[in-house]
Amino acid sequence: MSYQLPDFPDMNYYDRKKRTLLDQLYVKEIGRGVWITSKHLFRNLFKWLTFRKGGVVILYPEEQRPDLSPNNRGRHVLVQRRNGSPRCVACQMCATVCPASCITIEAEESDDAIIQKRPKVFNIDISRCIFCGFCVEACPVDAIRMLPTTEKLVGYNRFKMIYDRDTLLHWNPVVNDDVVHGYNPI
Amino acid sequence: MESSFLGINTVNFITSFLLATAVFLFMFMMGALMSWSERKQSAVLQDRIGANRASIPLPGGKKLALWGFINNLADAIKTLVKEDFKPRAYDFLMYNLAIFFAFVPATITAAVVPFAGVLKPAEFFQAWYLKWIPWLPEFFTNNLPDFSFRVQVADLNVGLLFIFAISGLNIFGAILAGWSSNNKFSMMGGMRGASQMISYEISMGISLLGLIFIYQQVDIWELVQAQRELAWGWLPKWGIFLQPFAFFLFLFAAIAENKRMPFDLPEAESEIISGYFTEYSGFKMLLFMFAEFITIAFVAVIVSTLFFGGYSVPYLMADGFHWPWGGFTQLSHATVVIMEILSFTLKVFFFCWLLQQMRWSLPRFRYDQLMKLGWKILLPLSILNLIVTIVIVALGGF
Repeated sequence: MSYQLPDFPDMNYYDRKKRTLLDQLYVKEIGRGVWITSKHLFRNLFKWLTFRKGGVVILYPEEQRPDLSPNNRGRHVLVQRRNGSPRCVACQMCATVCPASCITIEAEESDDAIIQKRPKVFNIDISRCIFCGFCVEACPVDAIRMLPTTEKLVGYNRFKMIYDRDTLLHWNPVVNDDVVHGYNPI
Repeated sequence: MESSFLGINTVNFITSFLLATAVFLFMFMMGALMSWSERKQSAVLQDRIGANRASIPLPGGKKLALWGFINNLADAIKTLVKEDFKPRAYDFLMYNLAIFFAFVPATITAAVVPFAGVLKPAEFFQAWYLKWIPWLPEFFTNNLPDFSFRVQVADLNVGLLFIFAISGLNIFGAILAGWSSNNKFSMMGGMRGASQMISYEISMGISLLGLIFIYQQVDIWELVQAQRELAWGWLPKWGIFLQPFAFFLFLFAAIAENKRMPFDLPEAESEIISGYFTEYSGFKMLLFMFAEFITIAFVAVIVSTLFFGGYSVPYLMADGFHWPWGGFTQLSHATVVIMEILSFTLKVFFFCWLLQQMRWSLPRFRYDQLMKLGWKILLPLSILNLIVTIVIVALGGF
């Protein structure tokens, strides 16, 4: 069985140009390549020499992207209740769903009989976190959220990259909708 | 030539020693500069920022990064304190000898290259901007009024052959390192390096034979002197104008000889890890890298010496500018020598820049393409160039 291609005289079935002798000599293409990279080099160099930034990259811990989306999944925060305690009920949902296994929760008994549990330890290893946001989606009480900012997610050793409960609670939000499962403590 | 307390031999010895030190340091600093520009130039031309994190903290919260130069310092310290890893079964003698074969030829070949013309210390220190130097001007005027020397470490009359002989030793570095490491990647890198460098050395030599035929010299000092003459009263007789085709052939062959990017098959990172120096670690690896960077600078030195008139500035003679329209600008001896040194350094810098730019612009050849380019294109073209040159020289051209 053979398939005959219809004869379209104007159509090229592959866009490969025939190389001329000048192309095969390779010198012209080297010249073009070096010309393009040189344009970038001297434009950027001129910017650096006139005290402007010559690269498109961002010096991360010192600089932030100005164009972060408000939906960006940045650093984690734990939501507080009105009395400053974490809203988290230590149900281990986020730790279970976390694909990078970066959340460690140890529960202890809460003072409030209705809340039952609260986290004694709530660690997020930021160096392992992949910022997928599953923990936020999994949380039944909206206790963990992600801010759009990515400030200061850096450290000189890996132990400084583990954010504990107090660090995650430290952002001092003003929370008005503090009603969980129809129960509003203080 | 009388001297009150120094014999002329002592003075010659001191001069040679200082010159050798200066040239060695120049090549060494060029190597350091190339390892800096390998990071920084590549970054800037790719719209990145590049190495700037290694820094020395200053009082007041500022950090001294010196545009990435501190990274070189950090590299040196890091490689010195690293573990000196060796493979379990390796050839002790060859493994350690390979470093010297790679590093030493790279540093000593610049010895035959003149960095400036004749320098007369007695006259040199009479310039108004050098008279403040306390003791030297009077010393040279009183004791050595006629003393002069060439700013060149070794005035060999076989300079060009010396360069080829010594830089040919580089091959041993690649072969020995690849063979003695007892590693298949190293072995392949060494084999690739050996066959590539031998292939391209031939076209490199033949492309230069045209210049030798024209100038009838292999003495590098005389080659540079010949390039200072003018054709038709205005065009300097630089190698690039007499042998433009040979310049391109030589440049490509020299890059291939140097194992740089379009031809960096011996150490192709994505294929054979690091090629022939895969099994070297710490300071030994740094020496291999450094030898490669110094060799770039050396290619730049050779190209600017043979094709761009070496230290010569167009129309600049020993006493000043003789303009082609008949004008004359008087310059002091010190100014002329300093301009010559600057001119040479600028040419070297330009070619270092060009080689780095080409390295960061071009993709790598396939191995069969590399061999095809070397044997089927560059070699016939350089032979053709040589034949045409010989015919023109025999007919009385140039």
